[in-house]
Amino acid sequence: MRQLTGVPASDGIAIGPVFVYSVEVPPVERRQVPDPALELQRFDDAVTAVTERLIQIEQETKGGYSAEDFEILEVQRMLLTDDEYGGVIRTRIETERVNAEAAVEDVTRNLAQEFSEVEDDYFSQRAADIRDIGGRLLRTLANVADIDMAHLDRPVIVYAHDLTPSDTISFDPAKILGLCTETGSATSHTAILARSLGVPAVVGVGAAEITDGEEIVIDGGEGLVLVAPTQQMRGQYEVRMQQYSLERDALIGEAHEPAVTTDGRALEVVANVGSVVEAERAVELGAEGIGLLRTEFLFLERRQLPSESEQYEIYRRVADLYGDKPVIVRTLDVGGDKQLPSVKLPHEQNPFLGHRAIRLCLERTELFQTQLRALLRAGFERNILIMLPFVSTVPELKRALEQVEAARETLRANSEPYNPETKVGIMIEIPSAAVMADKLAPYVDFFSIGTNDLCQYTLAADRTNEQVAHIASPFDPAILRLIHMTIEAGHAHGKWVGMCGEMAGNQLALPLLLGLKLDEFSMAPAAVPAAKHRLRTLSQSDCVSVAGQCLDCEDAEAVRAILEGVQRDLPEDS
Amino acid sequence: MQELTLTVRHKVGLHARPAAKFVKTAKSYNSQISITNLTRNSKTVDAKSLVGVVKIAVACEHQIKLEIEGEDEQQAAEALRTFIEEALEEQP
Repeated sequence: MRQLTGVPASDGIAIGPVFVYSVEVPPVERRQVPDPALELQRFDDAVTAVTERLIQIEQETKGGYSAEDFEILEVQRMLLTDDEYGGVIRTRIETERVNAEAAVEDVTRNLAQEFSEVEDDYFSQRAADIRDIGGRLLRTLANVADIDMAHLDRPVIVYAHDLTPSDTISFDPAKILGLCTETGSATSHTAILARSLGVPAVVGVGAAEITDGEEIVIDGGEGLVLVAPTQQMRGQYEVRMQQYSLERDALIGEAHEPAVTTDGRALEVVANVGSVVEAERAVELGAEGIGLLRTEFLFLERRQLPSESEQYEIYRRVADLYGDKPVIVRTLDVGGDKQLPSVKLPHEQNPFLGHRAIRLCLERTELFQTQLRALLRAGFERNILIMLPFVSTVPELKRALEQVEAARETLRANSEPYNPETKVGIMIEIPSAAVMADKLAPYVDFFSIGTNDLCQYTLAADRTNEQVAHIASPFDPAILRLIHMTIEAGHAHGKWVGMCGEMAGNQLALPLLLGLKLDEFSMAPAAVPAAKHRLRTLSQSDCVSVAGQCLDCEDAEAVRAILEGVQRDLPEDS
Repeated sequence: MQELTLTVRHKVGLHARPAAKFVKTAKSYNSQISITNLTRNSKTVDAKSLVGVVKIAVACEHQIKLEIEGEDEQQAAEALRTFIEEALEEQP
């Protein structure tokens, strides 16, 4: 059995055989042609054939696809005859006397490049459509047949490098158990399609070398893929899959009710999101705000830095989804292993301990200022909070706060509307910050504990290294003590403390975190309904004693044993 | 020749679906139609080319100029004006 980790793109579990969907573009051989008229004819015939094929796909397409999917097909048809695409290809064949294939390849590449540089998400994604239409033309010119996805003989999990609308629209939804792609993000076409079809999906798993017909399990909620699962794992997932749909319906039904403990403590259950689409989904799932808006999506996969107005627009859109409820935006967390095409960063020996996040922002202040101004402006009459990642010392925090003040001054000087009261908090994800929480607290409005990094730094175990990842357990008493210290320090200074690491959405951890008096629980949107449900069954006072026992344990196993005991005592209806 | 100066109210500007619909509308007339993004001081492009329209990156609140010439210029001008103005009602 092999396990792959990707981005959770659509919730649910699927088990089944893999269908490897690969659309290869035949290699192009360039040559000069004596008679361009013949090549023009070949090109025109290919355009006609591709147009007919697109119309045929539209007509054969079964339910489950949105009007937008169809419009994408229409846009592709328009491109074929567009003067700036089809027209340019024809001109090139005529003036340069090259074969149709060479002209198609060149023009497609140039145009896709131009589109991907347009500062607009929709059109940078349309670059894929242009490549797609170019690929169709090249296959048609080479007489290579399309893969027939409309007539699969059994239900499959589709595995591909990436999927475009014109790939997926010919899929028969009744035969699709799930989707898994090597590239992509939670906002890529695959993810959106999977959610609209209601099938699980994991994207961005990297080159996985899965072969056709191999059995895999995909867990869309966790972003996990198991290739050739053991009998035991398969069994476990089968049970979960059956449970899933039943529970899901019940939980979503009550997700918009508040999470109040049996002894009357109202808890804030909010979501971790990395795009506008995810933020929208989190509203549907009952999130009472955003506890972590990752802003890296604005910077990754693009050559130019996003402008202040572009950032403002995105922050405003997310905050407007939530009205009065809080939207906590984390400033840029890149560097080290997360690279930006728009910012050249040197290679580092040890990226996890390197020049990343706030450290990078304090050096690249123009980058930081743009983001801070956009946030302060978007916060005008909206409940936006700023969260600084990766703070390790008090002086570093002070320097970052000076930057926030500088951004306020610029806006004041330009008489632009902004929120002078925007709350600023920090992530507690480095052990030194947890230890020094009482000294950091006076300078901030809140803490949010990032358990993923806190675990790997505290226990010195890389969570991406299979051999040591188990050591970095959030249940280790060392972690619990740091969490405890952070919460106590925050509360002593009248500051609220949240958690935006994976632990906050972990069912087993909820009683413990409630007992440690955590104020805010921020988790993947899909985890919100179940977490709210669980919190409603708990009482703060019972949990305080559970937490006390856990803090006193020797190791993670003992902590788990206590929490598993609490889990077993659940009332019947849970 | 008909010349129109309009302010785009589509939330996403002349991108995405509005751009495709705009080009489709333009294509249904025989007149020569060109579009310029005045706000960006863009070059003038053929309004019947989706790629052209996209490249001049018309955002919400941008001013555009349409130049329409041909036998059905009157009708084309009317249809395109309606298209741009009706977007007002699409707003929530």
